[in-house]
Amino acid sequence: MFRMTGAEVLIRLLERQGIQTIPGIPGGANLPIYDALSRSPVIRHVLARHEQGAGFMAQGMARVTGRPQVFFATSGPGATNTLTALADAKLDSVPVICITGQVPRSMIGTDAFQEVDIYGMSIPATKHNFLVRCVEELVQIIPEAFRIAASGRPGPVLVDIPKDVQTAEIDISSWPDPGLAEAPKAVAMQDVENAARMINTAERPMFYLGGGVIQSGASALARTFAEKAGLPTVMTLMGLGGIPSGHPLSLGMLGMHAAPCANLALEECDLLIAAGVRFDDRATGKVEEFCPGAKIIHMDIDPAELGKIRPAHQALVGDVGQALQALIPRLEARNRGPWLERVRTLKTDHPMRLSGSENPRSGYGVVLEAARLAGPQAVVATDVGQHQMRAAQAYPFDTPRRWLTSGGLGTMGFGLPAAIGAALARPDLPVICFSGDGSLLMNIQEMATAVEQGVNVKIVLTNNNALGLVRQQQQLFYEGNLFASDYGYAVDFLRIAQGFGMQTLNLDQSADPSGDLERIFNEPGPGLIHLTVDAGDNVYPMVPPGAANSEMIEGEEHADVCA
Amino acid sequence: MQTSVLEKATSEKGHCSTVLELNVRNHPGVMTHICGLFARRAYNVEGIACMPLGTGTTSRAWLLINEDERLEQVVKQVEKLQDVLEVRRHAGGHAVFENLGPFFRP
Ligand SMILES: Cc1ncc(C[n+]2csc(CCOP(=O)(O)OP(=O)(O)O)c2C)c(N)n1
Ligand SMILES: [Mg+2]
Repeated sequence: MFRMTGAEVLIRLLERQGIQTIPGIPGGANLPIYDALSRSPVIRHVLARHEQGAGFMAQGMARVTGRPQVFFATSGPGATNTLTALADAKLDSVPVICITGQVPRSMIGTDAFQEVDIYGMSIPATKHNFLVRCVEELVQIIPEAFRIAASGRPGPVLVDIPKDVQTAEIDISSWPDPGLAEAPKAVAMQDVENAARMINTAERPMFYLGGGVIQSGASALARTFAEKAGLPTVMTLMGLGGIPSGHPLSLGMLGMHAAPCANLALEECDLLIAAGVRFDDRATGKVEEFCPGAKIIHMDIDPAELGKIRPAHQALVGDVGQALQALIPRLEARNRGPWLERVRTLKTDHPMRLSGSENPRSGYGVVLEAARLAGPQAVVATDVGQHQMRAAQAYPFDTPRRWLTSGGLGTMGFGLPAAIGAALARPDLPVICFSGDGSLLMNIQEMATAVEQGVNVKIVLTNNNALGLVRQQQQLFYEGNLFASDYGYAVDFLRIAQGFGMQTLNLDQSADPSGDLERIFNEPGPGLIHLTVDAGDNVYPMVPPGAANSEMIEGEEHADVCA
Repeated sequence: MQTSVLEKATSEKGHCSTVLELNVRNHPGVMTHICGLFARRAYNVEGIACMPLGTGTTSRAWLLINEDERLEQVVKQVEKLQDVLEVRRHAGGHAVFENLGPFFRP
């Protein structure tokens, strides 16, 4: 029997969950937790510079490891600062657990100093949340929070702990088991049989693969499945890495900024096999015109996704990996020569055009050069904008759980802290963060964290001194009325990064861009690589928001570089 | 404001009401979790009745809603809530609200 405070119980429970690193920021209402954390022999605290940064670091750790990760914030402003990171985790199904301090129970509801109703505020931004009402409850809630975050479709959980619950004492005689993901319900075999029959009789099937495949650890199965059935495959932004970009069956990403061949092939398919996707509008375009002639098989672990946007002819509810596993032995060898030939023709005639990709001082070229230098093991984080879409279009994806991007919420400021988190969780891997000048400014304070922690994160900043992707929409869809999308003053990112203590490389002034890039990539620790790009250099193709994917606008003709 | 306009339009089209019967964990946040799902979708909950069951660790909540094309999705979302243990649907209404009628005379 041990007598412990709530704060000590919390830290012990987190240790028992296998937590090793916790980003966060202390404040009045979580100081007992910090005091207890200071005595943990196993958990390392990473002091973030903003709670949103701490949240994205936890996300970076969770996205690369697939395991729930924790971050800390104090009450009031600390807690509200976590909301964007939580909402982002909700939309991308990332298991993170946010533990906030709250004012003491007796002061809740009195507008006490730094009191906010984070419980109420975080309801729609989390998968579930708790306001801990007593220290006895805390012992149950922590494993429960982990179980919820990791089970089924993963997601964020918030646990709000009043300060007097942190200091209250409790006798502990035995510890609850750590909270783990529940085994998913088995996929109904009749549904599998039906789906297999649909696949076996299809003439022009396509495979549409999303983040659920990555989450379920089913990438290898997805590849086997595609190969065995001969399925041309497209991936969502979240599904990139599910099948290597260079795979002959891969058409890369679908949707708004896809290779034309991907969207064109989808137009022609007679069966769409959707796995771990949610028919997001950025992927489908105008949904009524998406895959107009196709029957749909939709597999997902979240029953609410089935039929939400597009009714499926056959739904498979359950873990995508289990569904694929059950389908694979039921696939008949089919000669889909004519369809595969047709897709090959589309690929040759309508490839992704990456203009200037042989030049490391271009938007695409710097992505490819960074990929080459960082190697196939690298983790790639992005911010949000043109630079993100260029990375999604050009990066040679090879391995799942190495591509960290804010897909559902599209949060500028995601990239740097997520990259730091990835580097903290996987110090053995190089990490690249593709960023834009607008996005980088949204969490630039985390450069201090990166330097302090010595993480091996190379930020590749393509600077157009503009909110490029917004500017692009104004140019294309608002009669070129560019408003509030160009910056009037160009900040000196190199000096800023140097001020934070980072190594820097200005590709604009480099006589040997490839050589200089190689040198900075070989240098361990964080660094900023700066490249000026033209704000008018739009990302193509582009499907206008609300239009059908067949209505994509293709840019000026560029040299074909890769399919 | 918008909600009521929408609600009127659907009831004029002659849509009928559905009653959802939920078994839920009884704690101070559970009703906010449930009602939030509807509020976020601008889907009005016309009537609510909730009372604890037995020892009070669980409650039963009855929701009266107008049927429309969002019903399927919102029921699935309610089923996903951690504190909702069971959902039963009663298409066309339920005696629970009819019996409450006398308490709701203007
Ligand atoms: C937090 C947030 N605010 C606003 C937006 C809308 N938005 C999307 S892309 C973009 C511009 C991003 O600019 P930058 O990071 O410089 O990238 P670029 O497109 O120039 O490569 C904006 C403002 C957003 N996605 N996230
Ligand atoms: Mg920019």
